[in-house]
Amino acid sequence: MTIDTAPVRTDAHDRAPRAPAPAGRLRIARALRPGAGRTHHAGPLAYVLLGIAALVSLFPLYWTVVAASTDNTRISQTPPPFLPGPNLLKNLGIAWQDAAMGKAMINSLIVAGAIALSTVFFATLAGFAFAKLRFRGRNLLLLLVIGTMLVPPQLGVVPLFMMMADLGWGQTLPSVIFPTLVSAVGVFFMRQYLKEALPDELIEAGRLDGAHSLRIFWSIVLPIARPPMAVLFMITFVHAWNDFFWPFIALDMTNPTVPVALTQLSAGYVRDQSVIMAGALLGTLPLLVMFIVFGRQIVGGIMQGAVKG
Amino acid sequence: MATSTPAARTDGQPPPPPHGSAGKSGPRRDGSAGQSRRNLLHRLDVRGVPYAFIAPFFLIFGAFGLYPLLYTFWISLHRVELSSLDRMEWRGLANFTELIDDDRFWNALTNTFTIGVISTVPQLLMALGLAHLLNYRLRGSTFFRVAVLTPYATSIAAAALVFTMLFERDYGMINWGLGFLGVENIDFENQKWPAQFAISAIVIWRWTGYNALLYLAAMQAIPRDLYEAAAIDGASRWQQFRQVTVPGISATIVFTIVLSTIGATQLFGEPLIFGQGPNGISGGADNQYQTLGLLLYEEGWRNYQMGRAATIAWAMFLILILVFVLQRVVTGVRARRSARPASATRKTPATPKAPSTPSVPS
Repeated sequence: MTIDTAPVRTDAHDRAPRAPAPAGRLRIARALRPGAGRTHHAGPLAYVLLGIAALVSLFPLYWTVVAASTDNTRISQTPPPFLPGPNLLKNLGIAWQDAAMGKAMINSLIVAGAIALSTVFFATLAGFAFAKLRFRGRNLLLLLVIGTMLVPPQLGVVPLFMMMADLGWGQTLPSVIFPTLVSAVGVFFMRQYLKEALPDELIEAGRLDGAHSLRIFWSIVLPIARPPMAVLFMITFVHAWNDFFWPFIALDMTNPTVPVALTQLSAGYVRDQSVIMAGALLGTLPLLVMFIVFGRQIVGGIMQGAVKG
Repeated sequence: MATSTPAARTDGQPPPPPHGSAGKSGPRRDGSAGQSRRNLLHRLDVRGVPYAFIAPFFLIFGAFGLYPLLYTFWISLHRVELSSLDRMEWRGLANFTELIDDDRFWNALTNTFTIGVISTVPQLLMALGLAHLLNYRLRGSTFFRVAVLTPYATSIAAAALVFTMLFERDYGMINWGLGFLGVENIDFENQKWPAQFAISAIVIWRWTGYNALLYLAAMQAIPRDLYEAAAIDGASRWQQFRQVTVPGISATIVFTIVLSTIGATQLFGEPLIFGQGPNGISGGADNQYQTLGLLLYEEGWRNYQMGRAATIAWAMFLILILVFVLQRVVTGVRARRSARPASATRKTPATPKAPSTPSVPS
């Protein structure tokens, strides 16, 4: 949630409607006034410090690869290994087979994919309504949506567990998918974007052509909302993939998601440290690939509106 | 045929719903039954559809968010065993009084608090510095931004596993590095403060870059003339940072404090995995890093006392509310003391304000 700190709101009536951003490019937060922000050039010290920050951020991941590619004896020697060894594929194979990482990966793909899809869809629907439609109680309801962000989902695990047992969903993927089908942050994120990017004239024109709201949503809103939808999809996917507390309670080792399987890895089922690290690498790999490909968009999305759990 | 004009976009109150008058344009129709039916449909569309669009969110949140929260309180008044979930035996407030007399609860509460503080405070301070650096004109700024955000994409489980190895007592890289400084190998897992420090390191590593990006976004919205004015007044770089940057992003700082507080209260995965197996759930051999989340799990799924687990969950909720009330009081006092123009639009933490990001398509 970037927060406007300039004393002047830019929502004035006299704003000319702007053309929506070209699809596929996420627009990064900047203040309207030209020359906002700082323009000092970075000195060498800044580069050094940023270099250290980047190194600290990336080193544990690099070291995961190193540890996953050696073996137990090499890991427990001093000095510790800094270069990858020869066993990466072998260890990945063992983790995939023995530690149920294969099944866990497929489960996590299903869970994170379903949650991200439904979050994006419902968030776009609700975000559009809050941004562009007028109805009684709109502001109050929006405040309610924001208020739900402050309720940590973990607090309901006991009744959720009982509900899932009642429904006969114990230890199944739906028990993990259903509780997180919507996200308040997503609704808010889409609303902010559509407020800016969707000209009222377009909706008016649609109405004059006699299109009903669903039709307008389908043929006018969705095409314009594509870039933030993509970003929201990715960020929600990351969160769903990494979600820990509830899946750990709801699922067991016969049918785990990635984090649940990783817990078992460390809990002594697998003695081989390098295999554990191979599992950790597998569990993070899909997200890393996503970051390498779409990192810029994800950064832009987070800077546009905070998206956190 | 809605009658709203684009110019009348007020954010204050929604104007009265448009009455579907077939007016402004369109072909003239003879007032037939067909037209009134179309009018009715149109009215239904304009009035009803918004509610239909937001209904899914509220329905799902109600079923899986709000209802469980309230039901948690109801369960906490009962004795419920994991083996027989349908048998609820009324206990009144006995679960709560027992919890207050329980040393394990106070231990978990203290641990949650200390780990929360040593993971949140350095994290947000470092994020502030990092955001400041990223705010310079940089070569490769995208690379640095993505790099510091990468830990956020690492799963808690994977991060905890890696850090557990790095903090290993005999051959972990951290102790190897400390060895050069002449420090004896530290038993991170079995000593209280080193363990809490190691767990905090995982949290800090995962979230610092993320928070830095939030701060960066807010910094980029600060008008440059404020800096120019400060520079003309002879403010040094450091003074500009203190007097312009920090007040300018104060609302975002409050917001990140709220998010981090919620996160810290719920801490679960990091200590669980750090403890490697059976010791994980109890938070170390002496519960030296057992958090409230771990205690909740232990009560419910290891001791089979779901009623007690619900009591702990509800206690966590109350603690959160208490923290926010305190925070509101503190920020309220601070706001009255220093009404700065830059932070005039301070928002309460409960309503993180709309990002004003009318970005120009670049």
